[in-house]
Amino acid sequence: MNETAHIDVKKTADLARLRLTAEEEAAYSGQLDRILQYVSQLDEADTSGVKPAAHPHEVFDMTRPDEAREGFGAEAALRNAPRRSGDQFLVPKVVE
Amino acid sequence: MSDALHTLTIAELRARLVRKDISPADIIRSVEAAITECDGRIGAYLHRDTEAALQAAEGADLSAPLGGIPIAIKDVLNVSGQPATCGSKILAGYVSPYDATCIARLKAAGAIPFGKMNMDEFAMGSSTENSALKVTRNPWDITRVPGGSSGGSAAAVAAQEAIAALGTDTGGSIRQPAGFCGIVGLKPTYGLVSRYGLIAYASSLDQAGPLTKTVEDAALVLQAISGHDPLDSTSLKAPVPDYTAALHQGVKGLRIGLPKEYFIDGIDAEVRAAVEGAVAELQRQGAEVREISLPHTRFAIAAYYIIATAEASANLARFDAVRYGHRCDSPSDLRDMYDRSRAEGFGPEVKRRIILGTYVLSSGYYDAYYLKAQKVRRLIAQDFHEAFKNVDVIASPICPTPAFRIGENASDPLKMYLADIFTIAANLAGICGISVPCGFSTATTERPALPIGLQLLGRPLGECDLLRAAAAYERATDWHLRRPQ
Repeated sequence: MNETAHIDVKKTADLARLRLTAEEEAAYSGQLDRILQYVSQLDEADTSGVKPAAHPHEVFDMTRPDEAREGFGAEAALRNAPRRSGDQFLVPKVVE
Repeated sequence: MSDALHTLTIAELRARLVRKDISPADIIRSVEAAITECDGRIGAYLHRDTEAALQAAEGADLSAPLGGIPIAIKDVLNVSGQPATCGSKILAGYVSPYDATCIARLKAAGAIPFGKMNMDEFAMGSSTENSALKVTRNPWDITRVPGGSSGGSAAAVAAQEAIAALGTDTGGSIRQPAGFCGIVGLKPTYGLVSRYGLIAYASSLDQAGPLTKTVEDAALVLQAISGHDPLDSTSLKAPVPDYTAALHQGVKGLRIGLPKEYFIDGIDAEVRAAVEGAVAELQRQGAEVREISLPHTRFAIAAYYIIATAEASANLARFDAVRYGHRCDSPSDLRDMYDRSRAEGFGPEVKRRIILGTYVLSSGYYDAYYLKAQKVRRLIAQDFHEAFKNVDVIASPICPTPAFRIGENASDPLKMYLADIFTIAANLAGICGISVPCGFSTATTERPALPIGLQLLGRPLGECDLLRAAAAYERATDWHLRRPQ
């Protein structure tokens, strides 16, 4: 177990687009360091020459015929939008 | 006796429907009455549309295999026109514009999706305590958790306020709540059931499957939802066998493995005795029992929490407050909108896992954590591959203990994670598993008798072996017939 493993919670939450309160930051920091220290035991596994497995059954390059099929349409797709303008999703201004 | 229909199994109800003794609407009304009577105590349902279900009952095709049977759905699966909250505030108000493939297949088999069930937020948890929306209680003891993350699905079936349910299993989330609630839960082989329309937690681990009162019902539901789907690129192109045919084959000659790494200190003595008793019963019926080894077991939880959180951090990036989901008030710019909407919408366990997942994928840590975990994942899968050369199924407990008290593990995420030790490796390896009732703890002054579950694991697409063994065990015992008061 690696007892020095440490997550910079503020920086990582920022990368994940999560704004934390100071209380959350403090609480998660202790909890996540303990979890990270626990998962660091993987260092003890001998993985020399082992290929990483991203997927349980290695099925690659699945293709299907490129045929048009009915989707559910713009109106249904927009129905859950927090804000919309006509046929578009409305977001805060992104260009200066 | 139309008032007791909610207590029956799918198979029993189908027989009565086909004889025209009852109508599908009778079943819906009976289930609705049971919900009204007991869900105030249990808290399994997040949403239900009884009118819509009664309407669907009118048009139900009784010639279809599940014709007229209502099935409760974990709220992580899209059912067209119904909410899908994933137990999260971030999806408040969301209405599914389409059916998940497994829902479309249930409907095609004549079933009626009825009710959306509580769950740990985004399926992250083992107790349903991480739901942001409500508390679900174990029907055997309402001071205890129903397990999770499919806790609403399991509690409703056990409390007889649902005939059967769908759940999802990413690290044990069907099998463990089934075990805690004394019902049957089946996690299919990865790729057998389409994930299209299942709101993703960890895409390389997630599978939907049945929670039912009996093994036969699990086979019936599995039959309906299995099979290749071009809309899920990880869906397997394999023929779907006749699962009900496996139920009557008996276990003579079936080879059962007991992993020495699973029968360790720390397992509750009654859990161990119940599981050993179940294995002895299968042996008495002609199964052959062998000790096996899964040498990388001790790394499974660590590998899981790296891989699952990494995938979750990527999957949950879709909650950007643009197309659906919660948006904060008056965002000053796009970045402010992302940061605050996600902070307000996600609960603590989801935030913890997103942060951990982001960290293990971030530059400088990717090789040490994520890549390492993927290599260990291969070693764990190889352990099973080797074991299944010598055995057909692997038997173990579902969880080291029966259901724990609400709040008991809630303040210590790591302690909660460690309870998943027996279920998690199956997801990493993509194999199938089933939970079957195999006994009860002794009632004490502290607690009533609590259900204990036997886990059987099978090789990829080995569902017939699981059903064969589980059905043989169920026929010889009456644990599955006990119901909470």
